[in-house]
Amino acid sequence: MWPSIERAFREALPADAGLSFCSLRVVESERDSVQIRQGVLEPMNRGLDRGGMVTVRHQGGYGYAATSDLSLSGLRSAIRNASRWAQQTRATSVFDWNLFKQEAVTASYRSVVGQPWLETSLQDRISLVQRAHAELVGASEIVDSRAGVSWQRDKMLQLSHDGGRIEQEFEFIAPDLSVVAHANGVTQTRSLGMVDRMRQGGLELLEDIRFWERAAALKEEVLELLKAPNCPSETMDVVLMPDQMILQIHESIGHPLELDRILGDERNYAGTSFVTPEMFGSYQYGSPLLNVTFDPSVPTEVASYVTDDDGTLAQKEYVIQKGILQRPLGGAISQARADMLGTANARASSWNRPPIDRMANLNLEVGDQSLPQLISAMERGILLKANCSWSIDDSRNKFQFGCEWGQLIENGKLTQVVRNPNYRGISATFWRNLVGVGDASTREVLGTPFCGKGEPNQAIRVGHASPACRFRGVDVFGGDA
Amino acid sequence: MKARFFELFELADAARQGKEILLANYTGEDSEFVRFNHGKVRQPGSVAQHALSLELIDGQRHASVDLSVSEHPELGAELRAAVQSLRQVLAFLPEDPHLLYSEEPCSSSVEGDRAFPAGDELMLEMVRAATGLDLVGLLAGGEVSRGFANSLGQRNWFSRHTFNFDFSVYTRGDRAVKSGYAGQRWDASVFEGIVQAARRDLILLEQPAKTIAPGDYDVYLAPPALQEIVDLLGWGGFSLKSHRTRQTPFLRMLTEGARLSSKLTLVEDTENGAGPGFQASGFIKPPQVTLIEGGELKGALASPRSAKEYGVVPNGASDQESPAALHVHSGSLPVADVMQHLDRGLFINNLHYLNYSDRPSGRITGMTRFATLWVEGGHATSAVNVMRFDESLFRVLGENLVDLTREQAFRLASDTYGGRSTASVRLPGALIRGFRLTL
Repeated sequence: MWPSIERAFREALPADAGLSFCSLRVVESERDSVQIRQGVLEPMNRGLDRGGMVTVRHQGGYGYAATSDLSLSGLRSAIRNASRWAQQTRATSVFDWNLFKQEAVTASYRSVVGQPWLETSLQDRISLVQRAHAELVGASEIVDSRAGVSWQRDKMLQLSHDGGRIEQEFEFIAPDLSVVAHANGVTQTRSLGMVDRMRQGGLELLEDIRFWERAAALKEEVLELLKAPNCPSETMDVVLMPDQMILQIHESIGHPLELDRILGDERNYAGTSFVTPEMFGSYQYGSPLLNVTFDPSVPTEVASYVTDDDGTLAQKEYVIQKGILQRPLGGAISQARADMLGTANARASSWNRPPIDRMANLNLEVGDQSLPQLISAMERGILLKANCSWSIDDSRNKFQFGCEWGQLIENGKLTQVVRNPNYRGISATFWRNLVGVGDASTREVLGTPFCGKGEPNQAIRVGHASPACRFRGVDVFGGDA
Repeated sequence: MKARFFELFELADAARQGKEILLANYTGEDSEFVRFNHGKVRQPGSVAQHALSLELIDGQRHASVDLSVSEHPELGAELRAAVQSLRQVLAFLPEDPHLLYSEEPCSSSVEGDRAFPAGDELMLEMVRAATGLDLVGLLAGGEVSRGFANSLGQRNWFSRHTFNFDFSVYTRGDRAVKSGYAGQRWDASVFEGIVQAARRDLILLEQPAKTIAPGDYDVYLAPPALQEIVDLLGWGGFSLKSHRTRQTPFLRMLTEGARLSSKLTLVEDTENGAGPGFQASGFIKPPQVTLIEGGELKGALASPRSAKEYGVVPNGASDQESPAALHVHSGSLPVADVMQHLDRGLFINNLHYLNYSDRPSGRITGMTRFATLWVEGGHATSAVNVMRFDESLFRVLGENLVDLTREQAFRLASDTYGGRSTASVRLPGALIRGFRLTL
């Protein structure tokens, strides 16, 4: 398919070569899944979505046109359309696009896939999920159960008028488990969170995350939660496991460091940031134990890639090092607007949306403590896992998060399980109370397809790898008893 | 596109065999998006997207495929191949005990014309209107279409041309006036009036903001703020499945006989909404479905699948069982009297990022945003810095709900995830005693 589209794009470019810049980004996305709920196979639905976005920058203006018509006439029409927008915004753009220059890049990338979805029969895929679902059920208190695996393959081609050519092929697996139990007026849920185990690869990832063992554990845990007391309300130390750290990193480090938020683009929708440009290089974001990287090179992590969707080569960068803020999460265009260094993270959810600054892979680097060491140092505290509630202000400062599972820590030991644990805090001070970072044995590579942002709106995949972490003096509380 | 969709369906339907049934859904839009920041243009563009979903049913076995549609000579063959591919899949599937689709053909057509200028003209008008303002937001406009067809002869079509300029105007820091102009017919004088009102409202926000301590405060939630709460409730609150699996935030109403304020009535009001009157399995949505009446739980949104699972009649809900045209009935409080009745407390224009802090108990949390005003002696005196609330639905919409306003706002959804939403909500503002702020 690519050769014919490439020929059409080259032919569709205006013969007089009058445009300062013109690019085409094509995405062909296939998806499939097997879902079982309450023992019944959910409707089978596959998808094939294909289209392209033409971007034109010319004489200080900018415009895009997205279309599923990738024929010569379709691309000619899209180039005319994008050019008209560029023409109309020469004097009205928030940024003088004449100031933005970009090198043509040639690169390629392909996810490493061990056991391809498409080479596994439908019966075998159903069987894999049935085995997991069977582990979730079998108790009278269980009122809802769901097991599933989703697959997606995105093929992407980026071409620029000056010879740039980037070809990337991503393959994703997203396992999903959820079990709900109810008794005596109490409902409790255990799950894999917001599909937070999404990664690049094939069905071999199910073994890697112990899909079936986890299903059995979730069932036992949800039944235990039904009998557990409500979480107490008090200020105490907390240990956040990776499946809660994913939200903590995402909401109170990732979003506030997005450069387009700092530049004000998101103020009408996702929000602004308490971080300002002058903080970079000196601001104490967290304790010296806090090291956070933008890392597009982690094998299997969901947002690993060779270039972002604006065609900038991607590499690992520290955004926070030893607690000090280093650089924002901003792609080449935002960097030019702000005159700052950033990261290659201009990304689009698909062919029908323009790239904006997104998190990609944002990881908290490991420390040197095992989980028993983190816990044994605590006189009284709580271990929290599996996010189920998230809310934060539009400057990304005052947050409140909830977890499915809490377990008290008393005199260095895990004791009572509690239900409905929540905690709240303020980003600007919370990370300075990071007093313990887990070692590699506590680290998990997680990812979710549900990061929402942008006008028009875009839901995109983001990856977060994190060890377990310990925080001092957190305001913890329960639900309504 | 209407005629073309039905032609494409016929091309696909030609591949049907024996007693098979084919359902088709079309989703499309030709949209203009202009993103603004600092009163200028950040990203302008056009998106043309057209997708067809084909579902093949053979007895109780079924499977579907979603395809983006692009005109080319092999399109008919591609659709026939898709049906054949679905047939191959059916051979490996068990019977689905929850399959339910409309078997009584009921066709309909709603079509609208464009009654507003081209996107680039509107863009220039907005830039002119924003002169001197730190305006940020999105103009989304153009045609949105939905279609349904099945091999039983049913044909449904819905298309509407709408614009939705959702914006805010900033002054110091995070303080802003949130506003917007949406509809089907553009009136430049109305738009100018909306921008002028935003300019006026900014004046108070330019004063130093007040910081208040956590505690219980009397508040007025303007319609956009109340909408944030009912939008959250739409996430699992009214779903039949969430009721039967005991996950709804209204669980206490189901199991303990709890009730909300007698002033509260919520209806899924498709007849007076802005979206299509049919759903993906071909069922026609009833004009109204009462969900809460006089504070009592009266009904739930039942998708065909849930209806079959739980043995009830479907009522036109989508698979998500979320409202698409919610109507919160008005109360008796004139908007003009709100400040006098509030006397001392918070006038909250907007809330932000709501979530459940204990869903089965009906407890929710979220933030104030944009312009929250401190009211003293019935007059707004200053802006208030953002605060978090953590509250029970049974207090906010129950014992502490003083009244709802007599006037209502009709709001077109500005959501554009994947495509432009056709949802809407009609609702009043709410005067509430003792609203619990926690951080």
